[in-house]
Amino acid sequence: WPYCRKRCSYCNFNTYVVPAVDEAAVRTCLVREAQTLLRLSQVHSVSSVFFGGGTPSLANPGTVAAVLEAVAAAAHLPAGAEVTLEANPSSTSTSCLVGFRAAGVNRLSIGVQSLDDAELRMLGREHTEAEARKAVEAARGLFPGRTSIDLLFGLPGQSRDAWAQRLEAALGLCDDHISLYQLTLERGTALAAQVRGGSLPAPPQDLLADMYQTARIVLAATGFRHYEVSNFARKGALSTHNLSYWRADQYIGVGPGAHGRFVPRGEGGRSREARVQTLEPVTWMREVQSQGHGTRSRMVLSSLEQLEELLSLGLRMDEGITHERWGHFSPQLSLQAVFGAPGEARALQQQGWLVLDSSGLRCTWAGLAVLDSLLPDLLWQLQR
Amino acid sequence: MALAGRAVLRWGPRLPSPCAAAAAPLCRPAWLPAACERRYSSRGKEKLDMSMYPVESIRNFSIIAHVDHGKSTLADRLLEITGTISKTDRNKQVLDKLQVERERGITVKAQSASLFYNHEGINYLLNLIDTPGHVDFSYEVSRSLSACQGVILVVDANEGIQAQTVANFYLAFEAQLSIIPVINKIDLKNADPERVEKQIEKLFDIPTDECIRISAKQGTNVEKVLQKVIEKIPPPQCNTADPLKALVFDSTFDHYRGVVANIALFGGEIAKGHKIVSAHTKKRYEVNEVGILTPNEQPTHKLYAGQVGYLIAGMKEVAEAQIGDTLFLYKQPVEPLPGFKSAKPMVFAGMYPIDQTEYNNLKSALERLTLNDSSVTVHRDSSLALGAGWRLGFLGLLHMEVFNQRLEQEYNMSVILTAPTVPYKAVLSSAKLIKEYGKDQITIINPAQFPDKLSVSEYLEPTVLGTIVTPHEYIGKIITLCQDRRAVQKDMLYIDENRVMLKYLFPLNEIVVDFYDALKSLSSGYASFDYEDAGYQSADLIKMDILLNGNPVEELATIIHNDKARAAGKLLCERLKETIPRQLFEIAIQAAIGKKIIARETLKAYRKNVVAKCYGGDITRRMKLLKRQAEGKRLMRKIGNVEVPRDAFIRVLKRETDK
Repeated sequence: WPYCRKRCSYCNFNTYVVPAVDEAAVRTCLVREAQTLLRLSQVHSVSSVFFGGGTPSLANPGTVAAVLEAVAAAAHLPAGAEVTLEANPSSTSTSCLVGFRAAGVNRLSIGVQSLDDAELRMLGREHTEAEARKAVEAARGLFPGRTSIDLLFGLPGQSRDAWAQRLEAALGLCDDHISLYQLTLERGTALAAQVRGGSLPAPPQDLLADMYQTARIVLAATGFRHYEVSNFARKGALSTHNLSYWRADQYIGVGPGAHGRFVPRGEGGRSREARVQTLEPVTWMREVQSQGHGTRSRMVLSSLEQLEELLSLGLRMDEGITHERWGHFSPQLSLQAVFGAPGEARALQQQGWLVLDSSGLRCTWAGLAVLDSLLPDLLWQLQR
Repeated sequence: MALAGRAVLRWGPRLPSPCAAAAAPLCRPAWLPAACERRYSSRGKEKLDMSMYPVESIRNFSIIAHVDHGKSTLADRLLEITGTISKTDRNKQVLDKLQVERERGITVKAQSASLFYNHEGINYLLNLIDTPGHVDFSYEVSRSLSACQGVILVVDANEGIQAQTVANFYLAFEAQLSIIPVINKIDLKNADPERVEKQIEKLFDIPTDECIRISAKQGTNVEKVLQKVIEKIPPPQCNTADPLKALVFDSTFDHYRGVVANIALFGGEIAKGHKIVSAHTKKRYEVNEVGILTPNEQPTHKLYAGQVGYLIAGMKEVAEAQIGDTLFLYKQPVEPLPGFKSAKPMVFAGMYPIDQTEYNNLKSALERLTLNDSSVTVHRDSSLALGAGWRLGFLGLLHMEVFNQRLEQEYNMSVILTAPTVPYKAVLSSAKLIKEYGKDQITIINPAQFPDKLSVSEYLEPTVLGTIVTPHEYIGKIITLCQDRRAVQKDMLYIDENRVMLKYLFPLNEIVVDFYDALKSLSSGYASFDYEDAGYQSADLIKMDILLNGNPVEELATIIHNDKARAAGKLLCERLKETIPRQLFEIAIQAAIGKKIIARETLKAYRKNVVAKCYGGDITRRMKLLKRQAEGKRLMRKIGNVEVPRDAFIRVLKRETDK
């Protein structure tokens, strides 16, 4: 769902603020594209569905229901399949949530971002701290154990203490899943321009590292498993859907600007492809109406490229890359053969950033925080 | 100035000749006498009979001036009045043929033109030898003057005498040439020719009534200048009946015809078919063509004593037509003319291709360009970080910039230039080193070769005598600047009520990079500067190393005066800290003299470096970036365990010159 009521100051996603959305047309197109691509992929079973955006909670529950029905008709959608909806506190009335639940949604990811009104204003969010609380409480009532919240840290001017307070407040409010994102000042956003222009301070590197470390310690102490760079869960409430990205499973992207990775067996394809749907909603709709899908680009991924993705994404998780998963993409050359030999990876293991053992390759606690400094070396070794 | 070139450009198709190379990017208007048009325009014309011009009717002269005082404009007018070029309002710097010359409004290369002028019923042959207008090229001026008997000294009526006016005057004066003072730009609103006449009288001892007030731009009184040239400048003292004696005062290279030597005949005559010998190389040649420059090449039957022209004689390399060489007829040797001092490089810098795969292309571009600019010295060099390259010697920083600009404009080459250094010397005391070098005094043009203090009895640094002319209100600031640069005052003279001429002895390295810019900025552009070589002086020099986690960075080693090391080291460390990306461990950036650390910066280790969001839609972009970084690993220079991007050093060095 690519539409928003308002653009946030830090966001550079493919989102659109329009006065009126022809929802019936968008719904028809989402359904049609889902059908086309599911047929193309010939998947038998869909293990998770994620409605992201934009602001999907602005859509009518009927649209969500229609898409889910289409998925269930084209492939097997097990009763326990994870169906997540991204929601903004400003568009999540209890009645609305009831509607989504009835449509088939069973997990909610709420964009709280901050529990401080001044910070929320700087981020250009529409909601207040009180509204965020209300929304999370409502969601927890309807989706107990399956409500996640998003939180940002490293805001311009945010101190370590302020962050610790936000974190504490969030812990008092949250369910069993929490995503903590360091604010990225994306080029072209209003916030980045303010920081570059000097009207807002750029957060110092070391402070960001401290904030991240604080969060990791606090959340671990309260029973959360740090299962991915920015994701924490307890009682096994991991996001099945997001895990599939990091495990390099197959996924189909439906809607304007959506990305997918799958083998188009329906047209005789044998290789995994990287696909991107047309960005602009109106154009996308026209394409779906005329050809059943709005795939703008498709690129066959070589086996090296698939391994590069597996490596770069897999190391984001606490489980890392298992031997089994690696073997699935590289039957010939084992993890041990590639990264156990003398070279960059071996050095990084000796320096305490990486572990390669009987379960697979993964980052150490310290290594996870500097993964982007490890990856170029590992990719460079992999390419050789 | 730009040390690194632009972003790498496509290496254009190999061009058959420098003419083609020059013509393509220059978009030269058709009416300009481009070097490549010369060849064709000369054909089909009647060969001139130069015997019509006996020695008595010949005048050989140069125009000398401070930069921008109107030398080239006056030359344009003289060419027009004498009908050498047609009169249009488009004649601007006709003799400045290079793109850089036109863009920068400076003459880099001396050019000659023969003018025909009838005065009181006599046809005169006036040979105008245009000279470069920048301090870097003063040696070109001196070699042009050696073919002359007189000069026109042009001074701007508004700006008055400037540093270069002084330097050029003394060059002419010492060569015992007749001097015709001309005050130009009298049409300007603020022109004050009277004041300038008084300056000339005071400084050069020339009576005020001898100055000619002109406006070269409007043509006012330019005719008078020509008459004075005929009246005041003596004809050359020589005889056609004598054996041939020709001075080579310049040369250019033409890919089709080989070396074109500019010559001045001090005796005899020369024609096609003559067998000649170079006094310098003793090599024998047969003359293919002689002619005069108008300013295009115009073949003639012969050239006679006193005349100035060109000669083509199958010389393959510019080195065969050594500036200052004397040519004579085979089996009729003459006493060679006193050769004048050859160009001496004052500034050295490493030059490397941005990408090593372009090494051969750059090599061939360098070879072609140095054919036409023999004042650049070229030694092969290599650096661990920058690969194979060269160490080039230039006459000065402007010369270096111009050379670099010509590489870009005429050969489409972008290069990395390292920080400029001056030629230091070391007097060796170690017997081992003396044996190794075969001499007890060596010149150091690369910091990597700096010998240790223990094996040296004395280090020497090159000095220059600088002349500064400035309005008096800036004196205080200028004196402070000079003292900062370790300069010693030698003279101070008021040339009129509010202008002062200062003379300072400078260590060359103190003025090489940014002195001129500093002087200009603190004097709001009013002070002018010129310098001449003043030999070597003893200096307390040291080699400063830059260390990354204890490992020296070879390409950042600099030779520096002991007093300046601490400040320079601190600056370099600070800049490196900003340039080197954070890594997984802490990096100590240090400046050291021998084992002694004189400055230190610490680049902290990365504690967090991982992108926050990486979901379905982020992966493609993320992978692209990561792969580029992985690819970049190949281009990293490893110093110990520290990875440094290749361009980091260049960025550090480049900014040093921007301060």
